[in-house]
Amino acid sequence: MTTFQQAARSGLRDAQLRRNLDHATRTIRDKRSRAVAELPDWEALRSAAAAAKDEVLGRLDDYLLELEQRVQERGGAVHWARDAAEANRIVADLVLATGADEVVKVKSLTTEEIGLNEALAEHGIAAVETDLAALIIQLGDDTSSHILVPAIHKNRAQIRELFLRTLGVTELSDEPAALTEAARRYLRERFLRARVGVSGANFGVAATGTVCVVESEGNGRMCTTLPETLITVMGIEKVVPTLADLEVFLQLLPRSSTAERMNPYTSLWTGVHEGDGPREFHLVLLDNGRTNVLADEIGRQTLRCIRCSACLNVCPVYARTGGHAYGSVYPGPIGAILTPQLVGIDKAGSLPYASSLCGACADVCPVNIDIPRVLVHLRAHETAQRGPSAERLSMQALARMFASRERFERLQRVARRGRGLPGLSRLPGPLREWGRVRDLPQIPDESFRDWWRRERSR
Amino acid sequence: MNVALFIACFNDTLFPSTGRAVVRLLERLGHTVEFPLEQTCCGQMHFNSGYPDEALPLARRFVRVFAGCDAVVSPSASCVGMVRREFAHLAERAADELLAADAAELAPRVFELSELLVDELGVEDVGAYYPHRVTYHPTCHGLRGLGLGDRPLRLLRAVRGIELVELPDAEECCGFGGTFSVKNADVSAAMLADKLRCIGDTGSEVCTAGDNSCLMHIGGGLTRLQAGVRTVHLAEILAATESDRSR
Repeated sequence: MTTFQQAARSGLRDAQLRRNLDHATRTIRDKRSRAVAELPDWEALRSAAAAAKDEVLGRLDDYLLELEQRVQERGGAVHWARDAAEANRIVADLVLATGADEVVKVKSLTTEEIGLNEALAEHGIAAVETDLAALIIQLGDDTSSHILVPAIHKNRAQIRELFLRTLGVTELSDEPAALTEAARRYLRERFLRARVGVSGANFGVAATGTVCVVESEGNGRMCTTLPETLITVMGIEKVVPTLADLEVFLQLLPRSSTAERMNPYTSLWTGVHEGDGPREFHLVLLDNGRTNVLADEIGRQTLRCIRCSACLNVCPVYARTGGHAYGSVYPGPIGAILTPQLVGIDKAGSLPYASSLCGACADVCPVNIDIPRVLVHLRAHETAQRGPSAERLSMQALARMFASRERFERLQRVARRGRGLPGLSRLPGPLREWGRVRDLPQIPDESFRDWWRRERSR
Repeated sequence: MNVALFIACFNDTLFPSTGRAVVRLLERLGHTVEFPLEQTCCGQMHFNSGYPDEALPLARRFVRVFAGCDAVVSPSASCVGMVRREFAHLAERAADELLAADAAELAPRVFELSELLVDELGVEDVGAYYPHRVTYHPTCHGLRGLGLGDRPLRLLRAVRGIELVELPDAEECCGFGGTFSVKNADVSAAMLADKLRCIGDTGSEVCTAGDNSCLMHIGGGLTRLQAGVRTVHLAEILAATESDRSR
């Protein structure tokens, strides 16, 4: 399996990507700071959101059953999926039952997580992404590199070239309005003929059975209202107790993600309604590793995440490697803690190390996830799972030296005597990595404690 | 005030001048400094690298060594953060109630240097003289971990002779991150390169910070590039006086 370190290299070497990302993340980061600064009660909102999520996670079974019951009462059907394969099978069967061979999709990380489009393709069903950035990714046979802006690694010249190649247009400028217009023409046809819409969910309200999706382009509204059948795949952690809880989350999410006071489109629907909107509504509740995350006392705060992507936009590592290095639909700091917990530390063991622990992510997280703490916690899982290693041996040896003053002082003397021996480039492992771009400090003649003893203990 | 110095293992070994500066500075301000010789390491590297079991005895040792002290000062924000925040996490993880109690009792008396000066000793002008063009890099553990705010800058602004230049993108991590610097060496190097460019843009002779670990990384990059900028710990600037010039 490719490690983060290996995958990061191509991003680091891609000067165009670095520029695109630096520009895009800086812009959105600054806008976010301004949007957040407008709210005097930001910290109270964060605490309230974290508390609401923790309440749900503490009684998730109750809330999910309540949600199921309310959805059914309002004419919807609820399906439970243990993993990606089960969820994909459920959705494919539902689409096949309608006789449709095409579905229109609201941008959804959860369906991306389970590889729904590919699974539907195996059944001869074409899934059309209707969010502009998601469409760009789909047309380019690319993968998403950002939670909110999947095509953040592309600039408009690259997008123009892609559209010319794939949308059947012959003349196109790289003006954002022109690019959007080209995509709109392509999508409009598909919206109008679609019989099935597929969405994810930002929130599912237990008390009312209401599902909520927020978006910017109105494509989501089209997908959730035009087709006869609507299928929503929702991670089980997305449930909130009551509609009143949305008051908190709908302030936090847009300001954290797009730096807007309010997102342009907030769609809420409850079951089905005679003569209005879809005639069939299916809610697929997905576990796919989430109950494992829930079982970990420190790791479970990860499930508070509302997928705003603020942590990506402030992360100095993400800004330099891009999202693809994280090898998952969830890149950046949140991905570094979520992915290893969802798929298992043995399959994503390099991700918890993809951070300098600078803490910028925790500062902006709207639901107060202590990402550095979870990273360090997962590192402990990783080293335990890795078992005996040279690294563990040296850490243990060092800990033994630090456990006694005499041994520590002996270590200092040995280090001093070793000065100026072989060149760094010929040293093994970590020191060679250090020495590639940095000099090591000279070890001074006298340690601090030796000076202290000489000066003070006479 | 009687202040115990926690020097931090790498300062003790690699940057003794920082420790000497803290002693000199606090004594000049009329305080007594003690140095418990039994101190070694707070266990931060072990803890952050995924070896909490190895860090645990070091945390226990730390609270034992510093138990009787009125106040503990350290010229390392990241080590203070380890003691203040992570000891509790270590204790929780190991279900060690004694460590949890000892850490909770000790934590409020452990200060990073600028915290001790500004908050506890109530001083911003420490009587320093440092006639150089200087830029200040707020380290992540000081800035976000401890919430030091502008305390270090307030101390620096009161230094006579200093020409303080604002560092562009100051709050961005330098890329050190302990073992991150070797485990993700390529990303670390890219972050360092951007930090060095920002330092270069200030035209400073000196880059200062409150943590020698970050300064070791930045300084190692500066000397490799022969950039003509040196790194100096905040304590050493604050300890410098006019009489240093004549000596």
